[in-house]
Amino acid sequence: MMSTRALGMGPALRRAAFGSRLAARNQVVLRSALGKRAIQTESLPPSASETILNKQRLSRPSSPHFTIYQPQLTWYASIFHRITGTSLSILLYGFSLAYLVAPGTFDSAHIIEFVHGLPDAVKYAGKFVLALPFTFHSFNGVRHLLWDTGKFMTVKGCYTSGYAVLGATAVSTGIFAFFY
Amino acid sequence: MLAASTRSALARTNLARSFATTARAAQAAPVQKPVVEKEFKIYRWNPDEPSKKPTLQSYKIDLNQCGPMILDALIKIKNEIDPTLTFRRSCREGICGSCAMNIDGQNTLACLCRIDRDGGKDSKIYPLPHMYIVKDLVPDLTLFYKQYKSIQPWLQNDNPPAQGEHLQSQEDRRKLDGLYECILCACCSTSCPSYWWNQDEYLGPATLMQAYRWIADSRDTHGEERKERLQNELSLYRCHTIFNCSRTCPKGLNPAAAIANIKLELAAE
Repeated sequence: MMSTRALGMGPALRRAAFGSRLAARNQVVLRSALGKRAIQTESLPPSASETILNKQRLSRPSSPHFTIYQPQLTWYASIFHRITGTSLSILLYGFSLAYLVAPGTFDSAHIIEFVHGLPDAVKYAGKFVLALPFTFHSFNGVRHLLWDTGKFMTVKGCYTSGYAVLGATAVSTGIFAFFY
Repeated sequence: MLAASTRSALARTNLARSFATTARAAQAAPVQKPVVEKEFKIYRWNPDEPSKKPTLQSYKIDLNQCGPMILDALIKIKNEIDPTLTFRRSCREGICGSCAMNIDGQNTLACLCRIDRDGGKDSKIYPLPHMYIVKDLVPDLTLFYKQYKSIQPWLQNDNPPAQGEHLQSQEDRRKLDGLYECILCACCSTSCPSYWWNQDEYLGPATLMQAYRWIADSRDTHGEERKERLQNELSLYRCHTIFNCSRTCPKGLNPAAAIANIKLELAAE
């Protein structure tokens, strides 16, 4: 830290020296050549260390995180819980505000009439898109409540409850989308 | 190359001792192991060239000429291919916590992580996620240690016993099992998305588990102050029970449960 040096040549030269079969004979010659090193050193007072460190800290990169971390049920379920929660809230608040602004257009009778006129494929797709986040968020919410009471607080518990939530979501989404 | 020179040196000494030739003839010819070449892609960044972006550098080594663990491969690469490769390591047996890094997407200790023998698949090695990088695989852990210091990780007791040690029942001692074994390698904290986004204020699983280690200790009388320090929005409650911490812990500990216990104790107040 006290002095800046350009090192790192040692191993490469050493390898070159020991690498070839001729090297044994030339070692003495090489070592005397290495004695004069082409390295510049600069002496700095101890007080300079902080400046050097701070300068280096400014240029340090942040290592990659979610782009390289292994996809796991643990954090994927957490992200999905947040996404579904946010989108369901946006839907609820958006609809409520729309009803407030234009009660004539967004009342139940008009919506039923509007959906009635849609093709079947759009109806099923729409129900699926609404049911999936709703059921997942509900079941995973129960999972979080159980965690808050201290249940399933092991890695195994996390995974069994996680798969249970996924299964329950799949079944209930299917029921909502195709039987109601 | 070094092996070749030692062998010729050996041959020379063997010539001098005549009986050695017979012993050598009796030895079985060594079986030539097949070459299992494996590619390692390793995160590189050099502070001497700060304008250059971090890159993945590829190294190929023969697994049959290498130890079984990722750390063995890293040491082999550093010794034989590229001496500028930088990483922390010390005990090579999972007790010092120095060689924590992200290997194939999971945070773990390089010394405890076996190399996948499938030569067709490369192994990617990154430093611990979302940390400032000092060089290559070496993250800056200053903040991590500061956070650990902030929970005052030492025994605090206002009424020490008149003489001798602090006594503890076996039952009370058992409460510390699964907490005291932490080696502070930072695998769990740097696997936590909450810690990624809020590490300036959220303490992270490793530090919180140690906070609980002192709250749970029957010999410590400052539990109330310890809990009071966590009673705010960010220090503790940024934990959303994601479970990456327990999933990734190379020592098999459960920081998520320790944090849940702190939450339960705070809720019961």
